Amino acid sequence: MAPKPFLSIERLTQRFPDGQGGMLTVFENATFGIEKGEFVCIIGHSGCGKSTIMNILAGLAEPTSGVIKMDGYEVAGPSLDRGVVFQNYSLLPWLSALRNVTFGVKARHPEWSKKKVDQHARDFLAKVGLDGDVVHRKPSQLSGGMRQRVSIARAFANQPELLLLDEPFGALDALTRGTIQDELLKVWGDTAQTVFMITHDIDEAILLADRILLMTNGPFARIAESVDITIPRPRSRTGIVEHANYYAIRNHLVHFLGQRSKELAGKTTETDDPTPQRVHIDRSAAAPDGESRDGPDGARRLLAVNA
Amino acid sequence: MADGALSDTTRAAILSIVMLAVGLVVWEMAIPGQAAVGELTEYERLTGGGAQKAGVPPPSEVLVKAWEELSNPFYVNGPNDKGIGIQIGHSIYRVLTGYALAALVAIPFGFLIGMSAVAYKAFNPFIQVLRPISPLAWMPLALFIIQDSNASAIFVIFICSIWPMLLNTAFGVAGVRQDWVNVARTHELGHLKTAFTVILPAAAPTIVTGMRISIGIAWLVIVAAEMLVGGTGIGYYVWNEWNNLDLTSVIFSILMIGLVGMLLDAAFAALQRAVAYAE
Repeated sequence: MAPKPFLSIERLTQRFPDGQGGMLTVFENATFGIEKGEFVCIIGHSGCGKSTIMNILAGLAEPTSGVIKMDGYEVAGPSLDRGVVFQNYSLLPWLSALRNVTFGVKARHPEWSKKKVDQHARDFLAKVGLDGDVVHRKPSQLSGGMRQRVSIARAFANQPELLLLDEPFGALDALTRGTIQDELLKVWGDTAQTVFMITHDIDEAILLADRILLMTNGPFARIAESVDITIPRPRSRTGIVEHANYYAIRNHLVHFLGQRSKELAGKTTETDDPTPQRVHIDRSAAAPDGESRDGPDGARRLLAVNA
Repeated sequence: MADGALSDTTRAAILSIVMLAVGLVVWEMAIPGQAAVGELTEYERLTGGGAQKAGVPPPSEVLVKAWEELSNPFYVNGPNDKGIGIQIGHSIYRVLTGYALAALVAIPFGFLIGMSAVAYKAFNPFIQVLRPISPLAWMPLALFIIQDSNASAIFVIFICSIWPMLLNTAFGVAGVRQDWVNVARTHELGHLKTAFTVILPAAAPTIVTGMRISIGIAWLVIVAAEMLVGGTGIGYYVWNEWNNLDLTSVIFSILMIGLVGMLLDAAFAALQRAVAYAE
């Protein structure tokens, strides 16, 4: 990692009262950086505090200790520079799809004319495949996938410095998820946005991310590893599985989530260097065929997804 | 539709008309006719036997009365004889004035106590004690303090319409989903902007429900209040016609009270539909 990343999270710790007079440490000393334009996913089991980290980055929650620096400056509280796509879409149900996006654009650019705001919003809705009369529908008249598209359009239209995605596809069926992942990649490619995303889906993370952060189980969760995704872009869902590194990376992730996230959990870590261990797997040169495609892989996958 | 090709609405309308017709006919037949004057003896006529006995009038008489009153609703023949339009106008004026004042207090105040759990808990005991008081119980106090019967009637409307609006506003505001508030926060909206662009539209259906309950109560209460304060208004009119033993007018005004109440409610039902949203 570069000495001064664009976004740097330093020794972030969150503790809550455990209801019995003591304190429960959800995660401890979470330390990582994100470069400008980078797409980083974080994976971990439920309860390890991923969403809390996300909320702290969004400014919606306060950490017990630790700091977040963006461009060298400490950040606190919510800001238009950090856009959020929530898992449950969080569209305002009394506004049409278009108005939900202009809501954000108007907040970002209060000086713009109504026409300009409208056009900008429509452009970004079109980027995620929503145009025509659909944009005048209320969220209740849209399918789950369309709602999430609107939510993604709202976040991207604001062109924030950092985009936070909290399991954006968690509530969607697999087919819709695939389509929107492609759209997300396309919009991301067009805008070169810095993205930090929570997911439960290993394949999704490999498809989308430059780097995947792996969290151990809570309590005392920490970010143990940072895995480089050594598959060149542009990627496609059918293309990446052909790549030599795909199964190697995938197996590493599955192994971590299935086994090592438990082994590493539950211990307080008094270490001087809390930065995650960097994992770089690149077999593209050495073994063009990669891992075998059958074997225990399918079974492990089921274990890891939605675990 | 295979049978008769009538929609449910049409069939319901036909049924309503049939029920009305049957009801009116039964009512008409149930009223015994007055004895004809010619059959009375001279003595009976001299002792007033020929005068119409006060009785519940048949619907035909009420309809005639209604036609008479509604064809000239704004006449003034002295303080005790004014047209139905003037009476209803006074009542609506009092209701809307008291109601508007109540809304001006209840909605902003409800907003505040809905936003703050501490304020809600602090004010709740007072609200719970004041709310169940019959609005008419305030009347003596209002008359003594305000010294004006018209203003006292307005005050009674104010005090009775404030509670449903206050509680519903507080409840609606407190129940706005945190997700939506978070959307406002991540878009750096100020407090005032958040209140108007997120919390108000989110809570609007609950608030308008409270307003609709309030207008219903206000219209119920104004009749009773006007019976006490007298002078003008539909409530006073009912009581005055009772004193005149003019039951035709009493029945007519009862129907008018129902009709105006229905219109007020329909206006708020329309408002409710306008602010409704589906999640």
